[in-house]
Amino acid sequence: MRVPRSRWLALSAAGSLLAAACAGGSATPVPPAGSAPVDGSPGASGPTASGPAATGAIGGSVSVIGTWGGDEEEAFRAMIAPFEAETGITVEYTGTRDLNAVLTTGVASGILPDLAGLPGPGQMAEFADRGALVDLGTVLDVDEYTEQTAPAFVELGTVEGQLSGVFIKSAVKGFIWYDVEQFTGEAPATWEDLQALPNDPADSKWCVAVESEAASGWPGTDWIEDFVLRQSGPEVYDAWVAGEQAWTSPEIRGAFEAFGEVVANSFGGPDYILNTPFGEGGNPLFEEPPGCLFHHQASFITSFFQEQGGAAPEDYDFFPFPDINPEFAGSLTGAGDLFGMFNDTPQSRALMNYLVTPEAQQIWVDIGGALSGNREVTEYPDEISQRSAEALVNAEIFRFDASDLMPEAMNNAFWSAILQYVQTPGDLDRILTELDATQESAYAE
Amino acid sequence: MTGAGSPGTMVPPVTQGGRPIAQVRSGPQRGRAPRPRVMIHLVILAMMAVWLLPTAGLLINSFRTAADSSATGWWTALLPPYQFTLDNYAAVLNQSGLADAFINSLFISIPATIIPVVVAAFAAYAFAWMDFPYKNALFVVVIGLLVIPLQLTLIPVLRLFATFGIAGEFLAVWLAHTGYGLPFALYLLRNYMGGLPKEVFESAAIDGASPATAFFRLALPMSVPAIASLAIFQFLWTWNDLLVSLIYIGFNIENQPLTLKVANLVNSQGGGIHLLTAAAFVTMILPLIVFFGLQRFFVRGITGGAVKG
Amino acid sequence: MSDLVMAAVVVVGIPAALVGYILGVEFVLRIFPQQRRSKVRPWLWILPAGLFVFVFLIYPAIGTLIDSFKDRRSEDFVGLANYEYVFTNRDVIGAIGNNVLWLILFTALTVGFGLAIAILLDRVRYESAAKSVVFLPMAISFVAAGVIWSVVYAYDPPGSSQTGPLNAIVTGLGGNPVSWLRNGSTGTYALIVIGVWMWTGFCMVILSAGLKGISVELLEAARVDGANEWHVFRHIILPLLMPTIAVVSTTMIIIALKAFDIVYVTTNGNFGTDVLANRMYNELFNFSQFGRAAAIAIVLMLAITPILVANVRRFREQEAIR
Repeated sequence: MRVPRSRWLALSAAGSLLAAACAGGSATPVPPAGSAPVDGSPGASGPTASGPAATGAIGGSVSVIGTWGGDEEEAFRAMIAPFEAETGITVEYTGTRDLNAVLTTGVASGILPDLAGLPGPGQMAEFADRGALVDLGTVLDVDEYTEQTAPAFVELGTVEGQLSGVFIKSAVKGFIWYDVEQFTGEAPATWEDLQALPNDPADSKWCVAVESEAASGWPGTDWIEDFVLRQSGPEVYDAWVAGEQAWTSPEIRGAFEAFGEVVANSFGGPDYILNTPFGEGGNPLFEEPPGCLFHHQASFITSFFQEQGGAAPEDYDFFPFPDINPEFAGSLTGAGDLFGMFNDTPQSRALMNYLVTPEAQQIWVDIGGALSGNREVTEYPDEISQRSAEALVNAEIFRFDASDLMPEAMNNAFWSAILQYVQTPGDLDRILTELDATQESAYAE
Repeated sequence: MTGAGSPGTMVPPVTQGGRPIAQVRSGPQRGRAPRPRVMIHLVILAMMAVWLLPTAGLLINSFRTAADSSATGWWTALLPPYQFTLDNYAAVLNQSGLADAFINSLFISIPATIIPVVVAAFAAYAFAWMDFPYKNALFVVVIGLLVIPLQLTLIPVLRLFATFGIAGEFLAVWLAHTGYGLPFALYLLRNYMGGLPKEVFESAAIDGASPATAFFRLALPMSVPAIASLAIFQFLWTWNDLLVSLIYIGFNIENQPLTLKVANLVNSQGGGIHLLTAAAFVTMILPLIVFFGLQRFFVRGITGGAVKG
Repeated sequence: MSDLVMAAVVVVGIPAALVGYILGVEFVLRIFPQQRRSKVRPWLWILPAGLFVFVFLIYPAIGTLIDSFKDRRSEDFVGLANYEYVFTNRDVIGAIGNNVLWLILFTALTVGFGLAIAILLDRVRYESAAKSVVFLPMAISFVAAGVIWSVVYAYDPPGSSQTGPLNAIVTGLGGNPVSWLRNGSTGTYALIVIGVWMWTGFCMVILSAGLKGISVELLEAARVDGANEWHVFRHIILPLLMPTIAVVSTTMIIIALKAFDIVYVTTNGNFGTDVLANRMYNELFNFSQFGRAAAIAIVLMLAITPILVANVRRFREQEAIR
């Protein structure tokens, strides 16, 4: 009756279940995902790859994870195309917004990509502490690297003497952008001079836009950082980054209040500021009549001016954020994209070595919207990026973006504080007090 | 007590005078409710409009350039000059590896739908029609499990997958989706099966049928609406899932599903959103087909002569 | 083995394997004396489900419970410090408040609309099409829904043309555009609307199926007896549908508690829209505070206890009637 059929079913079922479990997923092997213990040596050694480490065809693959998507991803792929062609290594790039989630679960479970874009020096230090990051001193030619790279970047990638991260590209923050037809005067020497300039022909002096999905608020943090550095100097700035300068201290409060003045003289008011994606923030510069005269943004905003604002490169120009306290003249803030290595394999070594070369970084620079921390990269596609790069290299006082350096909880609270402050400036006391509270727990071990 | 339907959910068979009645209800029937007034039609149409509007807006924007979409509202595009473009769709469809990602999504979703449904069916039947100690307490625990936030299971489970070497493989996601989908599946099926008329099973027992027979020949066919609903929900949930695939398949590019690929159309600073509009529709097609395909099962609810005599 | 073959094997093999397992169980049970069979059988039937549920849910949940008493790296015990944080931190309390809003509004609206729509659509010929329209949002991924509603809620400064239909209506009627998502007061309500839009279809589907199970004759008889529609609804449909409503409500309450994707994809909890699940995600992955994330999760799980109790009661009733 039914019995023989069921027995046949059971047998074939068991068989296929077994087969399925064994065959697993795809046909090709998973990239080296060692079961590295959390606090042991970083990553397991990867799969086979015979041949020399640096040159010639190696073959195999290397997994990379980062936040870059869309056109950034294209730029990255253009950057590594020569590498893939020469070495025969396939670079498998995955872009995701949830980088932190992947890396946190990865470090806790041992399933990690070979190379990864790191969210920032703060997180990098976390991972290095847990022993998850490979010591790049054993991978790169450290002398060559140190010689070629701006010292600030070398230092930022070093945790307790171990080189854990390198910057693939960088940007300068805090340029003041304007439409060349609307503002024809000289670059003001000080902040006071800048604020004293008349608004017309625009309604407001400033355009500010802070919307950026999960990271909404970050353009405001750039403003505050520029103020802190120029009002109170690098020592205060460094202490602030290290969690030793209270947010309620007069120095930091002063920076917020200065930003508040800017907001009060901004196109569209708080609603506009909070709702407009940062990339569109500069659009009113180019309108007839212009909504604002000036826009404070990083060097990479140029592509947004063109795409979102419909401006041509000749239409806009910049001057660096003016000085406030003459003692701290020539200050500059900047940022960069940090990369680290989790698994030491011949392929990942080859890629890491390639990524720090001036040739590689030149590729992204040529595409636009990126600067390089590598001093040997000297050719920039247009005058504006040329000047930006020069500013970066020649800055008297250079500091990395403070919020990127802070622990993530502090960073998030900072972004949130900007949003709250723009919405209700009267709440400044409460906002700063809460930031202090977050500071206490975020920096605690 | 005439026609008091047994208090189950999605009750297909209702007893009247102790015998189940076959139901085939699909639309208005004669002599039933009064003919719907114009008012009701208006209300329904208004509601449909409200429900469709957001999606329609996106659909129209997907045919406009990024500049147009951010300059004026989508309804302006319905009047001349029409400035429609297929660029967004072209960009999405030309993405390298899109077809592979689509296939991967299928590879993930189909088994991840079938396995929990089957596993849950057996267990639900046991909860509904077998007696064992702590039955209700256990089931309540099952419901409680619905609340467990998925994010907190990621690290322990990934560790487990790492130990068995299946991280990055489809098997990992199948197992994970089964685990995550079981509480709801059990809840739904158990409630439905519990509402089936007990006479059916009683007479089957009298006839000497084993529980397995009763399950395969009675409970299962009668539970088709519930199983169909469950299959749809589970399929949609696994098809649209991002986080589970991201963590368990991760950077194993070979196996990445559509959701991962699509999310990456946007760069890290939010640029490229206009591509997401087209991508949303590209990924929506299959779930809609699945829904339309299975939805007729919702309508039926038949026992149809399962009880003899 | 090629992927396709493997997939076919899995799709056919796994169900076949489970079927084989059940049949095998019957076989094995013959070893036991008649008495014991029905005692042992249920456990074997629920075993596969039990295993999955244990590995993927219970085991991590136990780990979470333990972690909630440990520090941010899950190394040392810190007693109730994490719980103290959860109930005293201003942002987390704000998130709790929002979850309560979600609990009440989201559940009431999805179940209410779902029921109303199911009943209304029952009477029209184009029921199938209309149902599909309402269910459509469930087929959409959360990322897509986020994009869709960002357009609906879009804000442009007064004076420029509005790209969002809501503000277009508002300005068309002479008002000023409202920043629905980001003004700090309407954000959560705006997000709940998105949630309702997405999940009403779910409720409708299940309630509709339940509705179809109500005997036609029963309703006819009542109508013939002169009962008006409201009476039919209140005294016949509603009581018979109660168990279905209970299932749907329970599910919606749990979804309200777990609301994450909608918030994550649109505002990421800013502007006063944060919810516990989003906060937990941030604590876990962004702030590296494992202990606090665990504490939030435990709070969520405890919040569902009253619902569980209600469900137990219902099961007992259901069984008593049988």
